[in-house]
Amino acid sequence: MTLARLRPIGPLLVTFGVLLAIFAFGCFAFPNFASFAVVRNLLVDNAFLGVAAIGATFVILSGGIDLSVGSVMACTSILIATLIERGHVHPIAAFAAAVAAGGLFGAMQGLLISRFELPAFLVTLAGLFFARGAAFAIHSQSIGIGHVFVSATLNESLAFHLPFAAGGSIPITVVALLAILLASWTTLRHTRFGRSVYAVGDDAAAAALMGLPVRAIRVRVYVVSGLLSACAGVLFTLYQQSGDPAACKGLELDAIAAVVIGGTLLRGGVGSVVGSFAGVLILGLIQTIIAFQGNLSSWWARIVAGGLVLLFLCLHRGLSKLSRSRGPSPG
Amino acid sequence: MPERTRAIQNALRPLLWPVVALGLLLIFNAVCTAGFFTIELRDGRFYGVLVDILNHGSRVAIVALGMTLVIATGGVDLSAGAAAAIAGAITASLVAQGHAPWPLAIVAALAAGLLCGVWNGVLVTVLRLQPIVATLILMVAGRGIAQLITDGLIITFQSPPLAAVGNGSFLALPMPLALLVGVGAIVALGAHRTPLGLFIASVGDNEVASRLAGVPDRAVRIIAYAACGVLAALAGVIECSYIKAADANNAGNLLELDAILAVVIGGTALRGGRFSLAGTVLGAFFMQTLTTTLYMQNVSAEIAPAPKAAVVVIVCLLQSPSFRHRCAALFARRGSP
Repeated sequence: MTLARLRPIGPLLVTFGVLLAIFAFGCFAFPNFASFAVVRNLLVDNAFLGVAAIGATFVILSGGIDLSVGSVMACTSILIATLIERGHVHPIAAFAAAVAAGGLFGAMQGLLISRFELPAFLVTLAGLFFARGAAFAIHSQSIGIGHVFVSATLNESLAFHLPFAAGGSIPITVVALLAILLASWTTLRHTRFGRSVYAVGDDAAAAALMGLPVRAIRVRVYVVSGLLSACAGVLFTLYQQSGDPAACKGLELDAIAAVVIGGTLLRGGVGSVVGSFAGVLILGLIQTIIAFQGNLSSWWARIVAGGLVLLFLCLHRGLSKLSRSRGPSPG
Repeated sequence: MPERTRAIQNALRPLLWPVVALGLLLIFNAVCTAGFFTIELRDGRFYGVLVDILNHGSRVAIVALGMTLVIATGGVDLSAGAAAAIAGAITASLVAQGHAPWPLAIVAALAAGLLCGVWNGVLVTVLRLQPIVATLILMVAGRGIAQLITDGLIITFQSPPLAAVGNGSFLALPMPLALLVGVGAIVALGAHRTPLGLFIASVGDNEVASRLAGVPDRAVRIIAYAACGVLAALAGVIECSYIKAADANNAGNLLELDAILAVVIGGTALRGGRFSLAGTVLGAFFMQTLTTTLYMQNVSAEIAPAPKAAVVVIVCLLQSPSFRHRCAALFARRGSP
């Protein structure tokens, strides 16, 4: 394998290496760490972050950034709770309405960014404020959801029971995460849209010269991010069994951190959703280990996350320098 | 002296939009908000809505001044809020535990801010990370550091001189305003009376060209980030002194965002280059006036961000060349049948 091919793969390998190392450390340091329950909880607790990180991956691959993710999730969750509890809408209809609203919001942001050439960072920052304010405008306090479909159906009976683990079950939220992961991976690898996202992120001018509709692709990327943020909001609502307008503050940063740890280049063009998924698992494992350890402040999680982001950014620089200094490798 | 007039015109042009926006807002308040312009003198100090705006706007303006320098180099500092939280935590814990007198605590806090800024600058220049990402690291980790300093508690302190930094008055006006005037004078002197301002704008405009022209681009960038760190720390000290406590979780929350919006409204382009310090200060006071107006119209503090965001997007659209072209094209088409 030549260095040129190693460059996109290298960080991904390191990501999985770090993931395994942290898990091995957990197993070594704490008894009962290597159990089905720990892995299951890791997935359940981070399902919504995983979906948010997948959405962030699309945007970052295209060379943009979306800071509105956490606020859109909060807005989604309170919208769903209000529709179900106050509007007496069936949960499935409420979910659909919320996801549609998320897509619309993403489209608005994408139009502002691509049509009027405003910086993505600024537009989505305004989007962060707007969605947060809108969440509080819908309802200013958290609402518990008591609808039978949500509290009973989606909690336990829709879980997939695994025969090999005694009493082990995988809730629908985790299945949704894995399905979205698979769908996103397929979209990015095997569709025209997915390849265009990589092309635009790598070099927008070159993509335009190749005849790709760069503006339309940018808008669609933000629509995808809005849709997936809303999906993450749905998962968060199911996880909490309530809607909360103050929830998910700063979650977009966790999502971006997961994307970076997952080996995606922040200037776009290189990376994968699988890496982001691994990044989310790394962040989750750090939380789990701190919980197992017991007397470490939970704030260490943020410091370690910051350190990991730095480590991966340095790794990117090192790898790109290495491949440049060796010159174009044959084959 | 036509050249001189032209120079003054060029300096004033970026101020047009913030002044218009602020003027519209004040006219709206004159009509719709009772008692907005009432100011009274009590105990040798002015009180009133406008004074409150000056008081709270000063804090944002101080951070925004540093942010202007960073944005002018083509960067951005997302960690200003975290730096403010760290500075507040250091000040409060040093004073509350009696480890240091209050002036020393403030110096320590500002030094911590300097350290944060230099760290960001080194990441951006030496490791060549994108500024959004480089400062994101401290934004994520910084609040954790502040929490470690305060042990996750809200530290309160009893120190009248320290409390005066945020609550006191100077010449019957709030102390933060006096600090803003002092800091603004220093930054303006540094930017306009030394080559530094020109260097910053040239690095932001075209990094390669300015390096070839002999501008020490790395040092210039590090100085910009360091200034931003120190000013963010000062804002953190003011906030901590104002509430007489350090709250590592909430201090300086979203401060960087308000500061960035103030800079953009003030007419400094996010892609770097020429900057306007006066525009930034106007932008900061515009943001604060908007916030206060919303509160006085009975919009709750939680909903207020939504209209604020809408106003910011509209202001940015009006400044965007692409939007102006479109509007011009629309009118031209209507004009010629």
